[in-house]
Amino acid sequence: MTALRPPVRPAGRLAALARPATLVAALAVAVVLLWALAPGLFTGHDPVTGVPAERLQAPGAAHWFGTDHLGRDLYARTVHGTSLSVRAALLAIAVALVAGSAVGLVAGFTGGPVDEALMRGTDVLLAIPGLLLSLAVVTALGFGTVKVAIAVGVASVATFARVMRTQVLRVRHATYVEAARLAGAGRAAVLLRHVLPNAAGPVLALAAVELGAVILAVSALSFLGYGATPPTPEWGSLVAEGRDYLAVAWWYSTLPGLVVAVFVLAVGVLGRALAREGRTDR
Amino acid sequence: MAAYVLRRVGGAVGVLWAAFTVSYLILYLLPSDPVAIMLDQGAGGERVDPARVAELRERYGFDQGPVQQYLTLLGRALTGDLGTSISSGAPVAGLIADALPQTAQLAGLALVLGLAGGTAIAGLASWTRAAWLRDLLLLLPPLGVAVPGFWVGLVLLHLFSFTWFVFPAVGNEGFSALVLPAVTLAVGLSAVVAQVLAQGLREAWRAPYVEVAFAKGAGRGRVLAAHVARNGSLPTVTVLGVLVGNLLGGTVVVETVFSRQGFGRLVENAVTTQDIPVVQGLVVVAAAVFVTTSLLADLAHPLLDPRVTTARGAR
Repeated sequence: MTALRPPVRPAGRLAALARPATLVAALAVAVVLLWALAPGLFTGHDPVTGVPAERLQAPGAAHWFGTDHLGRDLYARTVHGTSLSVRAALLAIAVALVAGSAVGLVAGFTGGPVDEALMRGTDVLLAIPGLLLSLAVVTALGFGTVKVAIAVGVASVATFARVMRTQVLRVRHATYVEAARLAGAGRAAVLLRHVLPNAAGPVLALAAVELGAVILAVSALSFLGYGATPPTPEWGSLVAEGRDYLAVAWWYSTLPGLVVAVFVLAVGVLGRALAREGRTDR
Repeated sequence: MAAYVLRRVGGAVGVLWAAFTVSYLILYLLPSDPVAIMLDQGAGGERVDPARVAELRERYGFDQGPVQQYLTLLGRALTGDLGTSISSGAPVAGLIADALPQTAQLAGLALVLGLAGGTAIAGLASWTRAAWLRDLLLLLPPLGVAVPGFWVGLVLLHLFSFTWFVFPAVGNEGFSALVLPAVTLAVGLSAVVAQVLAQGLREAWRAPYVEVAFAKGAGRGRVLAAHVARNGSLPTVTVLGVLVGNLLGGTVVVETVFSRQGFGRLVENAVTTQDIPVVQGLVVVAAAVFVTTSLLADLAHPLLDPRVTTARGAR
């Protein structure tokens, strides 16, 4: 089918950077994932106990991101906080992906009043601003990184359910699905073996695109103080700790926050590249 | 038209009722013992009087079954009684009514700035024929979506309040205290507006009436202003409800960063103290704002595109 593909859009000079941009983004994401997996490889400083004599030092060769009010190395705290923040984001995506896909699968495959009821339910979830929905869940569950992750995941369930349902409706009456049914396969078998694999592509692409938003939401809740308890470092809470030292130590909030921004941007570039790839494959 | 409006208003009321139900399910049924949470926060860890436990159970209907309790709370909400705050004892409806004007100013200014910024980016990118300028402009929205709101706020605070002393760092006093928080909220908003609007304009440029307009001798600017903008902005109007809802969510972070009083600060306080009735009231009010904005946007739709009413009215 290659010959039928539309010709590549004649792009401007900056669009020619699209490929290198994807590469740089991939590199940034890879570095952050390595921070999460093996923080000890990237910094020798202790993230929790500081050197009081070195408090509030500006960034330099000894401390790349400077130090905080207890003399702790901020680069070390950022690197060690990565694992908790990234795992929370992945857990949130997993919650949204699994719960949302289940709702979408059942709604799309069953149809009728069940479909109607489930979709009205997602309408309601979409009517409550995402952050407020997460905060309501946090109020009920209590504080902590895992609870924050679940709360953020719950807020994205409706979006995933929608996309999954659309995909299921697309493949539900495809010839191979009808054939499997005629051949005597049970409903569950048809659903899991034939419908799910063929509907999964765009849903997984959505997961890649949503990851950035989820990281921002997890960081925001952590910034508000609903995540890990001090002194455990987390991306959002690191930025929050720097609030009181804004006038004297610009690096304290700025540099950890910059890491979040760069990572979200990189994840977004990669996610969109993956989604594009998925579209042209079909 | 009357039937269309009536149907939309009915739908909006339905969503509002459902939002109350969802928040009830989350806040009252999810915790193992909401009364314990309420008392724990209210008493600050002191020993709790059993009489007070019984009183709270009765007031919030925990001595009844979940269905009965839900109906009791819903009945009160219908009369405008959203319960009382656990931590302060004040009526929830009053707390929210006091907080909303401050936040309405903030969100209003942010909405104006965000729409203006997003329209400027998308409009210029759509109008220009210089590929480099278009690509450069369209790099901005992904950037605006990626930066955390709390971080933008702190950076602005650092630059404009602590380095150049242009705007006050905290407080609700006057217009100058409103600028930085509004700009912070507008960054994310304008990025989303620019993305949706640019997409809409791109599709509108391909329509046959654009060729007709060019054939009749109109210039690029005139075609954009008179023909493309009108149809290309429809998707943006459609998502206006979501945008305003998110703006309200964003005030939680921004009002905390700038130490402003308002809706967002009330949310932050209520969640921190696990003040369940207040959180539920805030969620319902946020849903009401979303539903009202969406309704207004829907009603504005036929003004921009006359086909909308006739198509749906024919059903």
